[in-house]
Amino acid sequence: MADATGILVFGEAPQGELSATAQELLAAGRTLADSLGQELAIGLIGADLSGAPQQAIAHGADKAYAVTNPALADYHPDLYLSAMQTLAIEANPNIILIARNNEGRELAPRLAFRMGVGLAQDCLEVSADASTGKLLANRPVYGGSAVAVVSCNQTPQIAAIRPKTYEPLDADAGRSGQVVNFPVEIDPSVAKTRVVDVVKEEAEGIKLEDARIVVSGGRGLGGPEPFAQLEELANLLGGAVGASRAAVDSGWVPANYQVGLTGKTITPDLYITVAISGASQHMAGCSGSKAIVAINKDADANIFKDARYGVVGDWEKVIPALTETVRELTQS
Amino acid sequence: MPVNICVLAKQVVDPEMPAAAFRIDPDARQVVPPPNIPPVVNGFDENAVEAALQIKDEQGANITVISSGTTFALDVMKKPLSMGADELVLLQDDAFANSVDSFFTVQLLTSAINKLGGFDLIICGRQASDWDNAQVPLGVAETLGMACITLGKKVDVQDDKVVVERLAPDGFEVVEADLPALVTVSNELGQPRYPTLRGIMAATRKRPTVWTTGDLDLDDDQLEPRVTLHDLFVPEREQDCEIIEGDDDVDAARKLALKLREDRFI
Repeated sequence: MADATGILVFGEAPQGELSATAQELLAAGRTLADSLGQELAIGLIGADLSGAPQQAIAHGADKAYAVTNPALADYHPDLYLSAMQTLAIEANPNIILIARNNEGRELAPRLAFRMGVGLAQDCLEVSADASTGKLLANRPVYGGSAVAVVSCNQTPQIAAIRPKTYEPLDADAGRSGQVVNFPVEIDPSVAKTRVVDVVKEEAEGIKLEDARIVVSGGRGLGGPEPFAQLEELANLLGGAVGASRAAVDSGWVPANYQVGLTGKTITPDLYITVAISGASQHMAGCSGSKAIVAINKDADANIFKDARYGVVGDWEKVIPALTETVRELTQS
Repeated sequence: MPVNICVLAKQVVDPEMPAAAFRIDPDARQVVPPPNIPPVVNGFDENAVEAALQIKDEQGANITVISSGTTFALDVMKKPLSMGADELVLLQDDAFANSVDSFFTVQLLTSAINKLGGFDLIICGRQASDWDNAQVPLGVAETLGMACITLGKKVDVQDDKVVVERLAPDGFEVVEADLPALVTVSNELGQPRYPTLRGIMAATRKRPTVWTTGDLDLDDDQLEPRVTLHDLFVPEREQDCEIIEGDDDVDAARKLALKLREDRFI
């Protein structure tokens, strides 16, 4: 497409509040926009966006499109895609950024195919070449064992950004920008799927993604019972319990405990791994942790390569002693 | 009527191979398949085969597995047949290199799907364990204009619709669509079944359909690359791990707690 210019990020604003993920995308987009000398716009999609467009400007956007229609009150991939494509054609950006969160996992590839262009998937870092306008993206492949550097050959160049890889910019209420009301027509018949039931399996206590400390267990625990001990330690630390894919696949804990490439991405201050070997696909979900503790009886386990502290030992002895000492330290 | 199901499956290097066996050819920008470690059917695609077989068990289905690539280990790619799938179609050509550009792969697969007359239901793994692109299934759905439901952990066909338990961050939702539809599945679907001896015997006798470029109706415009790969490298791990030593495991655990306290993590 000729004359494509500017960066367009798509963001969410549940209950009229700009999501943390949208703020991260704005931070990524701001860097690109500044290096290209182009405008940064955000497309917010919903029925009623309240003050979110202004929040987006405070977080770095030059322009905020309020893409609205009553049919967009709840997320539906087919309807959201229709709205996104309408805005993408109108705004004609050089680059589009989408979060690779639960929704973006389906929206980003579908938008790219719908527009007949390429997608840089699951990016950890994006940069732009000022002379060519080209987006360059670093993205993990082979479960995180390797990193590929890719670019898109047509415009819009679309990149899906892994959540929690960019720090949001501090909100600056004094930033100026333009809010554009952008009501869209939505043909309800494009919705080809129907949600007929929603089942919550929320773990009790603090959410895994929000926890400052996470204690995770892996295949080496050998069964579901030891997770009660991890729970006890996590409770003492005010943290949450996670698991490797192996523990989830074995049915020891529910799927929503899973940390990793195909599970949750967490960025706690302290990540305590118990009997986890540290496969690349697991590390893909926790490499943003400030410090990793590895407790594993195999001194050669991969996890020690990513850990700041390690104990080479039997978790059955280490965990009770660790829990007891933590209890003494935190309750004295 | 048996359900006419297509499963898209990919041959990948074994993701469970030892880390030391993982090698990259930096000039070719490709992972070097490890010698002595055979490739496997992508794990999520085996989940897709299992989902299709569960529908076949329930109400009868004809299951066609389609794969594209330059070379295949036939005994590996026959595994879905030995699990109980009915047909295997291999799109095999030197031009069908495994690449980071999903767009091309989608053109091959949709062309083959159209040539086969289309399907009631297409089931795919959520992503392949090599390029982790998670794009091909969604691209196939978009290109064919099919309803698309991602991240299924259970897939049922009821009358003329598909009903899917779809993973959500805090549980799951039940999503349905009229057929034809495409569904991607995740490992939460459960362990794929093992091939039976009878299945292995039956698969041995089956011959895959093999199509090359000339057999597929490919539009030149659609073959233009969408993504360029500039570099492929193994990232450095820089962390220096401090191994906490002790008289025994209990002592090491106590010292770990004190260390975490000292460094103000707890």
